[in-house]
Amino acid sequence: MHELSIVMGIVDLATKQALANGANMIEEIELEIGCLSGIEMDSFEFAWKQGIRNSMLEHAVRHLHRPAGKALCVDCDTEFPIQQLFDSCPNCNGHLLSIISGKELKVKSLVLP
Amino acid sequence: MCATCGCGPTDHHHSHDHGLSQGIEQNTGKKIVTVEQDILQENNLLAQRNRGFFEGRNILSLNLVSSPGSGKTTLLERTLTDLKGQLEFAVIEGDQQTANDADRIHATGTKVTQINTGKGCHLDAHMVLHAVQGMKLKPDSVLFIENVGNLVCPAMFDLGEAERVVVISVTEGDDKPLKYPDMFHSSTICIINKIDLLPYVNFKVDKAKEYARRINPNLEIIELSCTSGAGLETWYDWLKSKVLLPV
Repeated sequence: MHELSIVMGIVDLATKQALANGANMIEEIELEIGCLSGIEMDSFEFAWKQGIRNSMLEHAVRHLHRPAGKALCVDCDTEFPIQQLFDSCPNCNGHLLSIISGKELKVKSLVLP
Repeated sequence: MCATCGCGPTDHHHSHDHGLSQGIEQNTGKKIVTVEQDILQENNLLAQRNRGFFEGRNILSLNLVSSPGSGKTTLLERTLTDLKGQLEFAVIEGDQQTANDADRIHATGTKVTQINTGKGCHLDAHMVLHAVQGMKLKPDSVLFIENVGNLVCPAMFDLGEAERVVVISVTEGDDKPLKYPDMFHSSTICIINKIDLLPYVNFKVDKAKEYARRINPNLEIIELSCTSGAGLETWYDWLKSKVLLPV
């Protein structure tokens, strides 16, 4: 359940930003959680409900982007979509990959009153 | 209050804010704040701070990760005993509860600190920072950080280690790398432990290695047994090669 740590990280980060901008609540939050980021979304949802209670995010509308996994084959330079870290290059079957998308774990923006 | 990082019992935050009020726009009376910050940023910054501390003192820090029961603590006991006098060691033990592992390490005569995470499923850089503060680590030494037994959560949390060592044992499935790819992806070396039991279990070493290298082609793999001692020399050679002792 590292998802709870992640949710608490989001609450901390968002709270600091809101305070720095003179707000005491957050209306909307935009998150980016890549498909290869290691976050299990069911656990995340569960942790989210618990984690935002009595925080500035309690009534916030959440916008979630889920960038798909994309890799670049280091051997043959082919760019291709991946679902798993052990997927191989469709062109040369290589496993030496550079992940170019899907690992994101970010708070992108907030809307404050 | 902690003098180094400024955290206290009630306000347990580190402030490493970057560009807090960047990109503010006014829009129908509401304020849109562009944040673009990594959720793990705080952990990652503390990890880099730990890393700098270790590098500055030429301390080789190793983060040992595995599922519970793969033999991490036994591997440490063996290593600390066999290399006593050759290398200087210290250990941080992470477990949800008890100081049992720390007691085992202490019995080898090595400096050890136990971190109990309570309900937590992983160590983070903040816990390691505080553990290290109380340890008076010697320069040119090796610090083993034995993470909580868990192949999932610790993968996401950089502790500031130089190398991440993933341990699996032959009493587990040989498809473990495929089931828990994140950990194998983020590790630099893999130890296959308990190879003395290979005649009795259905574990194919070649298969496990192939799966692990599908995820991480650069992964170094060492097979060993802490019971029979097979392969331990290779592990010790690897360790010694990583400690840059002053000439």
